[in-house]
Amino acid sequence: MNVSETIRPTEPRADVQPYVTGALLALALTLAPFAMVMSGASGASEVAAIFGFAVIQIVVHLVFFFHLGRSPDQRWNLAALVFTALIIGILVGGSYWVMHHLDHNMMPNMSMSDLIESELIKA
Amino acid sequence: MTTELLTVDTIRPYAPPPQIVHAGASEHRGGTVTTVLGFWIYLMSDCLLFAALFATYSVLGREFAGGPTGKELFDLSYVLLETLCLLASSFTYGMVIVALKAGNRGRVLGFLLLTFVLGLGFVGMELKEFARMIGEGAGPGRSAFLSSFFTLVGTHGLHVTSGLIWMAVMMVQASLRQFDTVLPTRLACLSLFWHFLDIIWIGVFTIVYLTGAMS
Amino acid sequence: MLGKLTLDALPLDQPVIMGAFGFMGLIALSVVAMLTYLGRWKWLWTEWLTSVDHKKIGMMYIILALVMLLRGFSDAIMMRMQLALAHGGAAGYLPPEHYDQIFSAHGAIMIFFMAMPFVIGLINIVVPLQIGARDVAFPFLNSLSFWLTVAGFGLINVSLGIGEFARTGWLAYPPLSELDYSPGVGVDYYIWSLQISGVGTTLSGVNFIATILRNRAPGMTLMRMPVFTWTALCSSILIAAAFPILTVSLALLSLDRYLGMHFFTNDLGGNPMMYVNLIWVWGHPEVYILVLPAFGIFSEVVATFSGKRLFGYTPMVIATMAIAVLSFLVWLHHFFTMGAGGDVNGFFGVATMIIAIPTGVKVFNWLFTMYRGRVRFPVPMLWAIGFMITFVIGGMTGVLLAVPPADFVLHNSLFLVAHFHNTIIGGVVFGLLAGFNYWFPKALGFRLNETLGRCAFWCWLVGFYLAFVPLYIVGLMGMTRRLNHYDNPDWHPFMIVAAVGAVVILCGIVFQLVQLVVSIVQREKTRDLTGDPWNGRTLEWAIPSPPPAYNFTEIPIVTGRDAFWEMKRAGVARQIVRFQRIHMPRNTSAGLVIGGFSLVLGFALVWHIWWMAAAGAVGILASVIAYSFKLNKEYFLSALDVERSEKLLSPVAG
Repeated sequence: MNVSETIRPTEPRADVQPYVTGALLALALTLAPFAMVMSGASGASEVAAIFGFAVIQIVVHLVFFFHLGRSPDQRWNLAALVFTALIIGILVGGSYWVMHHLDHNMMPNMSMSDLIESELIKA
Repeated sequence: MTTELLTVDTIRPYAPPPQIVHAGASEHRGGTVTTVLGFWIYLMSDCLLFAALFATYSVLGREFAGGPTGKELFDLSYVLLETLCLLASSFTYGMVIVALKAGNRGRVLGFLLLTFVLGLGFVGMELKEFARMIGEGAGPGRSAFLSSFFTLVGTHGLHVTSGLIWMAVMMVQASLRQFDTVLPTRLACLSLFWHFLDIIWIGVFTIVYLTGAMS
Repeated sequence: MLGKLTLDALPLDQPVIMGAFGFMGLIALSVVAMLTYLGRWKWLWTEWLTSVDHKKIGMMYIILALVMLLRGFSDAIMMRMQLALAHGGAAGYLPPEHYDQIFSAHGAIMIFFMAMPFVIGLINIVVPLQIGARDVAFPFLNSLSFWLTVAGFGLINVSLGIGEFARTGWLAYPPLSELDYSPGVGVDYYIWSLQISGVGTTLSGVNFIATILRNRAPGMTLMRMPVFTWTALCSSILIAAAFPILTVSLALLSLDRYLGMHFFTNDLGGNPMMYVNLIWVWGHPEVYILVLPAFGIFSEVVATFSGKRLFGYTPMVIATMAIAVLSFLVWLHHFFTMGAGGDVNGFFGVATMIIAIPTGVKVFNWLFTMYRGRVRFPVPMLWAIGFMITFVIGGMTGVLLAVPPADFVLHNSLFLVAHFHNTIIGGVVFGLLAGFNYWFPKALGFRLNETLGRCAFWCWLVGFYLAFVPLYIVGLMGMTRRLNHYDNPDWHPFMIVAAVGAVVILCGIVFQLVQLVVSIVQREKTRDLTGDPWNGRTLEWAIPSPPPAYNFTEIPIVTGRDAFWEMKRAGVARQIVRFQRIHMPRNTSAGLVIGGFSLVLGFALVWHIWWMAAAGAVGILASVIAYSFKLNKEYFLSALDVERSEKLLSPVAG
């Protein structure tokens, strides 16, 4: 294995620039949602907003820190990422959907004292 | 659709295969690209491990069992500081790679050390937060919410700690012969690992801390 | 000092268990004695235990699988005997506390320590050869994966004699598996043996993906790969994607048990249904991890013994990929009755039926491959025909179970048990045995005895139907699974027939053991001198049997599918070959050492011996770091070495 192959760029351009840009973008995308929540925001659209910030920041990381998709050797990496994202969606979304339905069909939530009083549990 | 007949005659005793001139056929497919691909695939499996923990948190994350909620427990300015620590460490690690490309051993070591200190700071802050919560009676055994909180955040913290151990070993090996041979590949893998942990943290602070503080 | 471990852990009051453990110990001692007598310790160490050669590692996996087949099958025959006897008020010979451990161990052993190692072993031996590579992408990791599996194997075998095993079934559902209802060490043995071997399996998945994507010979595009390699790739992707979920499920259960957390407890917000959900998100892909390589084996076997290329290569590849993706969309069919309601059950029911379609495509493609071929029936092909009939029946009962209202009646009945044994035995086991017979000459250099192989096949086939068709019937009559005893007299005759079936399968296994012994004794008569005993189509048959450590003297250039068939048609003539030096990885004991520390860690965690657990963990970390400092992990075989090796391997040539 020759040395030039080992220092072969998985990052194609050994440049400081992408890291600076990425870091500044990530900083902004971090401060924004924190500022929102710390100033007392709440509600469905605000939740969607902070999730949006998160997704964009993840993409920023992938582009500027991972340099994803810029090299021909990396096409399997990108394919693996897309497949993983699909499975994550199925796992998290599917589990939430299933568990929500299961819980919905359970007996109404009662406290221990209610359960004892209704004699469903012996004290 | 041809039907290829076979008879005993077609089965010959073993002989080495016909000589085929293989211009440039790489005997040595491998090296950095294969190792980095392999590490990336492992990282994807680790991603799914975290996804299972996130799924668990999404299902059990509001089971407070009459105990403390996220809103009561989380100190967002503290978490912001932790986050900035980790983000900064991602930047400094980027500088490690830049220095490695330039072949500058001293700067590689320096930025590794800087990243290590920032990472250690993150872990230290997290341990302090855990200790505080446990001291207030909000330990992992208090409710399903707290079990999933401590496990999700704690697993991330364990990963960061493993990264720090790895980094320490890299700093030692950077001073040795390995700098010229295996270290570039290993530092590339650590780079993927470290940035990946920052990505997971984005998920953690969004889904756990910010969402928890909002409800 | 020793945590919860005391002399009470030895089940001295249970003669059956002590007998079994003693028997296992005796076998282990005999092996040790034989090695000492023959002076073979150094050979074992340098040639096998420290090897990073995929062929050796693959063979060790298969030996482990065969050993555990015997233990898992002993559990099976014990259960069949119990149920044949324990009718109408009789208690049988196995008390419930013992019987529960048996069915739990049977499932855990057969899936994790028989089927998985067998599949991974075959993939290990065959795939690098099929793609024209010298080894897998990460040979050391391969060795580590094996030794982690051995650590798990060690734990589950120790559990027989020191302590107890889980009584929860092979998936250990909470709340039964929580501390309140399983305060003993059984569930902990279960957790740690699966966790440790699970890490090994996940690493194997990563290894094979990288190997297949990166180590193929020049000219072998993805669409020119043998179908077995395609199924190995998809199975490995499923391993890497699904096993982390098993890891999390078991980890959360262990956090409940060890640190008093509340993931799956009944109180303080825990939700046992979440465990069932998570473990089946892993569990369904798991069965496809097992069956896809079996399908791949059949694709190779059917094409070779029909003397024709596989019909419908592209649909086969697409069907394999479709099955892999769909396997992540059906998991809820394992718990239709847990109460998710019509909408959810309907979605998963439909998805489950859809997944049967690509499998049907595969069956038709095998049939069309045979059509108008010159079909021969050596032992591997018998297994293939047996599979096609048996697996299709199992698949059909699966489609029946996929209908939620039907499943509400049949869930957890013996009908279900019959269904999954139908597909696992008819699909996975038959496939593994076909592959074993098919590739045995390649790996060892001589053929297996055909007659004994045929006897084994027929015993397995007849025995399977005798053992499981009665279970379908009593399942429909209402008999539940995991019963220790029963009083419905109508079920009794079926239990007797099932027990007879188990004995017939036992005969099949005995035939296989005898086949091995006889074949080894007679190996000079059945030597494979050509490297190509079946007139094969793929690259593994292009090299000697057994292959040299470096596999190929030079990496072939591939010009089409069925690469070796193409080479044969072009004329395999003896030509002057230029030998070159070859780069090889060195052996290492690091995998074995890390596996050993893992076994210590697992045992210590089971018994709450914290200082020992810390020592194990530190040992693992120190070994990994020490190995990372090692330089000089490779060596070169000179051109002269290669030439000499080739001359030894082809006595007929020149």
